[in-house]
Amino acid sequence: MNAPMTEDVNKPPDDDRDPPVKGVMDRITGIGSRAWEALLVPALALLTALIIGGIIIAISDVDLLKLWREDPGEAFSETIALVGRSYQALFEGSVGSTNAISETLFAATPLILAGLAVAVGFQAGLFNIGGEGQMLIGGMVGLYIGFTLDVPSIVHIPLALIGAVIGGGFWGGIAGLLKARTGAHEVITTIMLNFIALFLVDYLLKSSVFQQPGRRDPISKSLNATAQLPRIFGSSYRVSLGFLVALGAAAFVYWLLFKSSIGFEFRAVGYNPDAAKYAGMNVVWLYVAVMGVAGALAGIAGANQIMGLPPYQGSSGFSGQIGFDAIALALLGRSHPIGVVWAGLLFGALTAGGRQLQGAERIPIDLVVVIQALIIVFIAAPALVRSIYRIKGGDETGEQLTRGWAS
Amino acid sequence: MTAATVPGEALKVRLTAEEKRARILGVVYFALAVFVLWVFTLGVDPDLDATFKLSLPRDRFADLEWVVNARLVGYVVTAILAGLGALQLTRGFGTRGNLVLGIGLLLFVLSFLSWAAAGKSFSLVGMLTSTVLLSVPVTLGGLTGVMCERVAVINIGIEGQLLSSAFAGTLVGSLFGQWTGLIAGLVTGAILGAVLAVLSIKYQVDQIIAGVFINIFALGLTSFLATRVLGPNPDLNAPGRFTVIEIPLLKDIPVFGNMFFKHNIIVYATLVLVAALQVGLFYTRWGLRSRSVGEHPKAADTVGINVFRTRYTNVILGGMIAGFGGAFLTLGSTGRFEENMTAGVGFIGLAAMIFGRWNPTGVLGAALVFGFARSLQQKLGILGTPIPSEFLAMAPYIVTIIVVAGLVGRARPPAADGQPYIKQ
Repeated sequence: MNAPMTEDVNKPPDDDRDPPVKGVMDRITGIGSRAWEALLVPALALLTALIIGGIIIAISDVDLLKLWREDPGEAFSETIALVGRSYQALFEGSVGSTNAISETLFAATPLILAGLAVAVGFQAGLFNIGGEGQMLIGGMVGLYIGFTLDVPSIVHIPLALIGAVIGGGFWGGIAGLLKARTGAHEVITTIMLNFIALFLVDYLLKSSVFQQPGRRDPISKSLNATAQLPRIFGSSYRVSLGFLVALGAAAFVYWLLFKSSIGFEFRAVGYNPDAAKYAGMNVVWLYVAVMGVAGALAGIAGANQIMGLPPYQGSSGFSGQIGFDAIALALLGRSHPIGVVWAGLLFGALTAGGRQLQGAERIPIDLVVVIQALIIVFIAAPALVRSIYRIKGGDETGEQLTRGWAS
Repeated sequence: MTAATVPGEALKVRLTAEEKRARILGVVYFALAVFVLWVFTLGVDPDLDATFKLSLPRDRFADLEWVVNARLVGYVVTAILAGLGALQLTRGFGTRGNLVLGIGLLLFVLSFLSWAAAGKSFSLVGMLTSTVLLSVPVTLGGLTGVMCERVAVINIGIEGQLLSSAFAGTLVGSLFGQWTGLIAGLVTGAILGAVLAVLSIKYQVDQIIAGVFINIFALGLTSFLATRVLGPNPDLNAPGRFTVIEIPLLKDIPVFGNMFFKHNIIVYATLVLVAALQVGLFYTRWGLRSRSVGEHPKAADTVGINVFRTRYTNVILGGMIAGFGGAFLTLGSTGRFEENMTAGVGFIGLAAMIFGRWNPTGVLGAALVFGFARSLQQKLGILGTPIPSEFLAMAPYIVTIIVVAGLVGRARPPAADGQPYIKQ
């Protein structure tokens, strides 16, 4: 519409120093490659989302709303105090103590893994909303290996994780295959596969293979001790080996996307599937591979939900909405593995802080979901953030990331 | 996205795909016939009758029922399905393919029901009535999709629009009465429609991301408010339901009276809306303009149609239709709000839109199929079959995937669907 030509046009291109970050996300956010610019919009997006979160806290307190009618002055100071206490709880619960930091890393572990699953999809132009289902299926395979085998930890943990990779990869691959062979849009198929996985897991958890003997509800047998992820900073801190696995997965994804030839093909399909096809790439296989890799990463996240925390059992819907949180996370991390790690730590902090908030102020943790949703929209519409804060520059329009039904 | 292929080549590929589909369908008919014969016919005691109740106890014509030998039904259905398969493979059904497929599947379900109900009694009229009720939110979700996509805006956020207006409906309805609650639902839907419109038209945010934002935001906010506001104040989550209006005389028609003429105002309004939109889209100036904006916005702009205004209007109106559907969920159906109560209805509505080929009447037809699948699942639970309830619960979602994967025939979306319009 009104995309003004900014002064950037006249500047010499300094693309030589471009980090390999430049990908689909640059096209969405329309942000240049310089570091402060790359951080400015996400930082303002987070700030704005937190402010709106504070407003929501203030106006959802029924007693406080009644007070406004009787004593506006008192209500005003009460509101300020409530919002202040809430932010304080959020802060203390996330970074206020060594235990809080451990809780942040603990919460970040599955978020980073699931965020990578969404990011890999974005890099290839696919919108993977199926993290939930892929987590569930991967986690169930890991769980099965975890309570059936009787081998030492050093063998057992890798085996269970490999099982989760295969399970999650299979579930993700279904959506990739449907997309490649029939054109079924991955947004709808992955969401439907989430529901199917949810019911499938409920069924399996009540079957004699998985169900804890003596229970009637969907609760699985406990993992053998050899399949439990050990805690890395002593038993009083909940952060486990899973966190290191997540960091390793991020390093692997970095290598895969930017250093391997298959990653080049992933990104080529993301830029322009038609061009990739004419360059001789097998687009059908690539879609399956992309969704398979994404599903595998989510599968590890699912296994972490069982192997990384007591009671080391599978229960109904153990993925706990992390597959959805991962979407905002991948957008915030601009679909780059390193960005996803930082965004995962931030969301882990929000989650850990949100738990403190729920405990201390009885404010439902769903607020964190609202904040994440707001982050999505502010990142995806940088022009919105720019207009709020009156910042000039940048490409005013968002670029198209996904495709319609037909292609 | 599709411009690069050579036209002739694309046509050839399309044709062979159609042939392949016809052949697969033929095999599917035979497979169904074998299955019906094996499981639903030979797997049932030859002496058992299935009793289908065709009326409810308080109907004018009560005690209507259809008693039939279960094995006989199996034999008849097997024969018809095998015949359909033979015809499909030899000469095909041309444009009536989907209709025939629908009939075939209906027969399959009939034999399944007579197998499940053998020796028992099954309320067929109850299942069909709940089919209509369950299809109402799917229909309204699908109509929202039609409104938006006919002007080339993809609306993935229907789910969130439904959920938010369901919440607004229950909260405002509890405070100020059902009609005000209904209006609150409409306003909420309109606001979220406007959010989608502004994001996708003004800021040209990727439309799917904009829709996902609406879904996540709605889920988070309604769950947050349900716990924080509705939880401690149960009186704010008790709006009551719209009363059922029985239409005189028509309500006494067996089966159909219960299915269509004993509902609340929202159900009737939905049926009227389907007809109105069908006429509006294809026989009025507004409809022609809307469709032209969705097919070729540049051409529409050239002849003086305001592309942006048309898109804003239709996307906001679409949001209001979703708002109506959301209000139905609380004020017209359950009478209370529960966290994530939509459970994918918005996405099933989108699938109904694709299945219904972007036509309002098609959406209604598809929604009835989905409603039937869900209603079947609920009623079979009562009947007690050997199939685990979790697998029955999966059925609507599996049907959605099959529909979206185009196994029931490829449909063509509006040409400019999903693309932002940039005025030059």
